[in-house]
Parts: sequence; C-alpha cells; structure tokens
Amino acid sequence: MPKCPAAGQESVYRAVNSKRPVNLDLSTIQFPLPALTSIVHRITGVILFIGLIFGFWALDASLSSAEGFASVQDALAHNFLAKLIAWGLLSALAFHFVAGIKHLLMDIDIGVTLEGGVKKAQITVAVSAVLIILAGVWVW
Amino acid sequence: MVTNITNLGRSGLSDWLVQRASAIVLALYTLFIVGYLLFSPGLDYATWSGLFAQTWMRIFSLLAFVSLSAHAWVGLWTVTTDYLKPTGIRIAAQSIIILAIFVFLVWGIQVLWGA
Repeated sequence: MPKCPAAGQESVYRAVNSKRPVNLDLSTIQFPLPALTSIVHRITGVILFIGLIFGFWALDASLSSAEGFASVQDALAHNFLAKLIAWGLLSALAFHFVAGIKHLLMDIDIGVTLEGGVKKAQITVAVSAVLIILAGVWVW
Repeated sequence: MVTNITNLGRSGLSDWLVQRASAIVLALYTLFIVGYLLFSPGLDYATWSGLFAQTWMRIFSLLAFVSLSAHAWVGLWTVTTDYLKPTGIRIAAQSIIILAIFVFLVWGIQVLWGA
C-alpha cells in the first residue's frame, strides 16, 4: 500500500480505498440515450467494415463487364438476401453518418451541454430512423 | 502527451484529426455515390463505367479509399483497444484488421485502374 501523502488527506485516502459496494452488472444499469447512440456508432462502424467485402465485391463486379454489372443489378433486384444485406449496410451507414455529423457538431462546440447531448442523441435516433426507412423503400 | 506505439498517428490528437478529416471525405463520397445512384434510375454499364473512367472520379475514389483505410484503422484500433484486454488476442485482431484494410485498399486500386 503506498504511503499517504499528507496527514490531513488520510481520511480521504481511506474513503477512496474503502470496500464500497461496486455495481458492475451492466444489465442492471440504465444507460442514458447518448451512451446508447455512442455504442451503436461503434457497432455500426464494425458492421460497415465487415460489409466492405460486399461493397467492394459489388463495385468490382459492376465495373468489370456488362455481364458483371447485370449480375449486381439482378442480385439487388431479385435476390432477397442481397436486398437484406444492402438494406442492413445502408442502415448502418445512415446511423454512422448521422452520429458522425453529431460528433463534428460537438467538435465545433455546438450543443456541448448535458441537455444538448440528450437532444442531439434524440435527433440522431430520429433522423437515422427516417433514413433507414427511406433506405428500405429504396432497396424494395 | 500520451503516445501509443500501435495507433495510427502515435498520438491521440493526431488520430482525432485524421478521423475528422477522413470522415469529411467519406461523407462527401457517400453523398455523391448515393445521390448519383438515386438520380440515375435507368443506370447502365456504359454510363457507370464511364463515370469511373474519368480521372477526377478515380482521384475522388482513391481519396475516399485512402480515407477509408485511415478511418477504419483509427476506429477499429479504438474499439479493439477498449474491449480486447488480453494483449495476445488484441494484437492478433489488430493484425487481421491491418491486413484486411491493406487488402481492401489494393482491391480498390485494382478496381479503379482495371485488371
């Protein structure tokens, strides 16, 4: 145990190191909305990285030849799985995009307050929800 | 200043800036591609490949792919550093991510300039 720096701080030192109850059971903690949008920003980032396989495949095939272009077009028009992947990736992109814009706004000091943080998280959810529905309409 | 030997710019501030600059490029590229696809309903191969034959489009696309590489590395480095605590697993995951980014970048260049 390290030495306490000053006698007057001893009580503080003891309080900080006391065996207070600690709750690290995440399932019992209610996360505030900005925490949820933050973790979803990360999750969608990981999804988009994995989804690059499909993105580059589609770009490669569509530019390789007229037949390749037709096969990508056909998959996106008739293949349910391809449509689902396209919608999923567009949805992840929409959320990641909107949450990223929110980050850039905070970088230029817009809405960097507790109320502003909650409000921007709400706007992020609402705007991406609209974009996700529009993406679904686009794909189907 | 806190430095780390595995992140992109060796400093958090540098990574922060790289993430913002690359984000802006990727946002513009995304808006362009989505807008182009939305406003070209009867898109055919000749028009699509003609777009990517333009020098400015190849420069714009390569800029986006390079930005994507940097953006993905800074983001995934942050995520893996936060959640993968055992050093061996983290280094393994980060190595696979770097390799995947390299493959995507070379693949992208090959798509742009044709094989």
